[in-house]
Amino acid sequence: MGFEVIFLILAVLVVAFGIGVLVISRRNAARADRPPTPPTTPDTPPPRTAADGTLVAEPPIEVVEADEIVEVAPATLRDRMSKARSTFAGAFAGVLGRGGLSDEDFDDLEEALLRADVGVGLTDELLGGLRALVDAKEITEPQELLDGLQTEMTSRLAGSDRSLHFEAGEGSPNVWMFVGVNGVGKTTTIGKLANQQIGDGRTVLLAAGDTFRAAAAEQLGTWAERSGAEIVRGADGGDPSSVIFDGVERAASRDIDLVMADTAGRLHTKTNLMDELRKVRRVAEKGAGRVTETLLVIDATTGQNGLTQAREFGEATNVTGVVLTKLDGSAKGGIVFAVETEIGIPIKLVGIGETIDDLVPFDPDEFISALFDQ
Amino acid sequence: MFDNLSTRLEGIVKKIRGKGRLTEADVDEVMKEIRTALLEADVNVTAVRSICNRIREHAIGATRSQSLDPGQQVIKAVSDELTRALGGETLSITYASRPPTVVLMAGLQGSGKTTAAAKLALWFKGQGRQPLLVGADLQRPAAVEQLRTLGGQIDVPVFSDPEDPVLTAADGLDEAKRLGRDVLIVDTAGRLSIDVEMMEQVRLISGAVDPDYTFLVIDAMTGQDAVQTAEAFDEILRIDGVIMSKLDGDARGGAALSVKEVIGRPIAFASTGEKLNEFEQFHPDRMASRILGMGDMLTLIEQAEQAFEADEAEEAAARLMDGQFTLDDFLEQMQQLKKMGSIGNLVGMMPGMPKELKGANIDDDDLKPIEAIIRSMTPEERAEPVIINGSRRMRIATGSGTQVGDVNRLVKQFGEMQKMMKKMGGMGSAKRGKKGKRGRGLPPGLDLDPASLDLSSLQGMPDLPGLSGGPPR
Repeated sequence: MGFEVIFLILAVLVVAFGIGVLVISRRNAARADRPPTPPTTPDTPPPRTAADGTLVAEPPIEVVEADEIVEVAPATLRDRMSKARSTFAGAFAGVLGRGGLSDEDFDDLEEALLRADVGVGLTDELLGGLRALVDAKEITEPQELLDGLQTEMTSRLAGSDRSLHFEAGEGSPNVWMFVGVNGVGKTTTIGKLANQQIGDGRTVLLAAGDTFRAAAAEQLGTWAERSGAEIVRGADGGDPSSVIFDGVERAASRDIDLVMADTAGRLHTKTNLMDELRKVRRVAEKGAGRVTETLLVIDATTGQNGLTQAREFGEATNVTGVVLTKLDGSAKGGIVFAVETEIGIPIKLVGIGETIDDLVPFDPDEFISALFDQ
Repeated sequence: MFDNLSTRLEGIVKKIRGKGRLTEADVDEVMKEIRTALLEADVNVTAVRSICNRIREHAIGATRSQSLDPGQQVIKAVSDELTRALGGETLSITYASRPPTVVLMAGLQGSGKTTAAAKLALWFKGQGRQPLLVGADLQRPAAVEQLRTLGGQIDVPVFSDPEDPVLTAADGLDEAKRLGRDVLIVDTAGRLSIDVEMMEQVRLISGAVDPDYTFLVIDAMTGQDAVQTAEAFDEILRIDGVIMSKLDGDARGGAALSVKEVIGRPIAFASTGEKLNEFEQFHPDRMASRILGMGDMLTLIEQAEQAFEADEAEEAAARLMDGQFTLDDFLEQMQQLKKMGSIGNLVGMMPGMPKELKGANIDDDDLKPIEAIIRSMTPEERAEPVIINGSRRMRIATGSGTQVGDVNRLVKQFGEMQKMMKKMGGMGSAKRGKKGKRGRGLPPGLDLDPASLDLSSLQGMPDLPGLSGGPPR
């Protein structure tokens, strides 16, 4: 493509940012020149001491449950929100109750799908298909409409391989990598899965590849204890690739079946962090190990950004499956429907709580029904 | 990833412009695009409906005025309405008359409460206060250790007791009084809004410390569920303000709008990174642009400030003005740019980019030839590209795996860019004289008010070489 164009874009960016940075740092310098407001010294009550000079602990505060009068937002807006918090159930009731088939039915279904984070594009596609069937008189009853939607969605999730890949081989541990943005539940998922795998008779080692976040290795350490897995960690701020490499080596030498590699949460927009992840992926296979699963952990509350996450992480590390977490909450996790149907990454596991047993295999029928439930 | 709203509206607006009267159909078309943009940005379905009803009139009113650029007018009207919806009353901290001022952090698991608590502590320190952090998350493994580590990094004491979260909070309050700390920040465990037991726990914690401020931390990538969460927390706790976290990602952040619509409390802070100083007051106008998918120039620049080594960038910009910008500088700045994210994303995020450039679909790989060519040059060649004669061009082309023609073009383009920059810089030569140092002052011709940097200055730039059609509108 046009050399000039690329150069131009670069030139514009360099100029824009160069000038922009100059301006901002001047502004900040000006700000820093302003003197800080002097702090007021609060009255400090002297610590209570008993006769013998030891500090006396304050008696525990009695926690009284007050009858709180909770101020609510303007009644009309809040009411509207509550009423219109249409779950599929609400939508279904509407469709069935109305009898016949009308635009309102499609509005109800559209709202329900959007509320589940299925996304505008996919929603339009699904409903467009149903409209065609209605026009062709292949759907004439409300119940058929609802069944049609459920069938269509279920069929789009059919036929995927949802198994966790494991290739037995002595001295060559399987490596399952866990990637994703910050706060989605990678470490907790590892703990739960390690527990399951150990329960199934495999030996597991956890590699604390999150060397950035404060106390991340300690967090994983707790899960190692709880699940009975071994753990390898490195120094804080160290190179994550080395930790994982060391983990794999240790597993190889001790004939451990499976290494679960934790990585730091990272936003896919950070090029340097994504490069780091690519390196981690490469290094994980440099030694004796084979990466047989790269699991992208996605939070069920995530909106359309989940699709971007799947694309970016998929491109960087060849994601083989998705773990959908926090589905025990109010969010429907509909974004993973888009992830699987549009990007083709199968959803393999679902997290449904914070305790060690709260991890189940993904069942498309259950998932779609749950979208339509409650 | 998401079509820019302005691009999408362009087609519609072309039709609208010049019409004396707008039909219902025109109105509907515009609103449809706006609705789609908002939904793609994760704004709650119900909130979208009420917002669209409100902006319908504003947007159409804008196009009725026979203004020169109705497309921009429509977007501006929409953006203004969103800004208003997101902003309004700002939250300014009023400190308790009897210290400590108590702040309670609440939210879902993984939303960023612990990091935000530490950031808030640092922020309060910057305000001259002496905060105490309380680790009342006894649920998640190593949560208290995390807080302790963060506290250590910012030199803020952390209190926790492993026994019970409510007790910890209460004891923490005592500890603050004992130590004479004037701000207490209580971090709590992440909890589901539908978990009755956990919501009761946080209600008890709140009761125990009687917070002056309760902040709900919401992840910028949250989808439709943001409403449900905000409502539930507000019912139990009475939220005073919202903290949006992980805004350094590319999630459009419609959750901000949804939450504001449903609980009506201000969005107090924006958390824009994992480092503890990446915390700032919320800017409704920037958020509005971002939700509409219009890019956020100011945030971009501030991100650039972090990615770019400030001193080097300053010097480079100064040299740019002077016409002393070398290929080395260009290469260096390219590296800084790359740190900021994929060039493709950056281009997409910049408002005011001429359409021809935007549609160019640039890939980071496209930069490789440019980099290679520059790297194949000797330092002298980079400093003085004029010396690059035929044989040098051959050598550079071979060394970089490109054609001689490519080398020619790069040198030519760079020269033209230098000339243009010198022209811009030359506008301020008088002022510079006064300052005594070269290039240290901003040329007056480039009056860039940081508060309203909207690229109009770049838009007004003389023809960029090679661009057909003149400066962007």
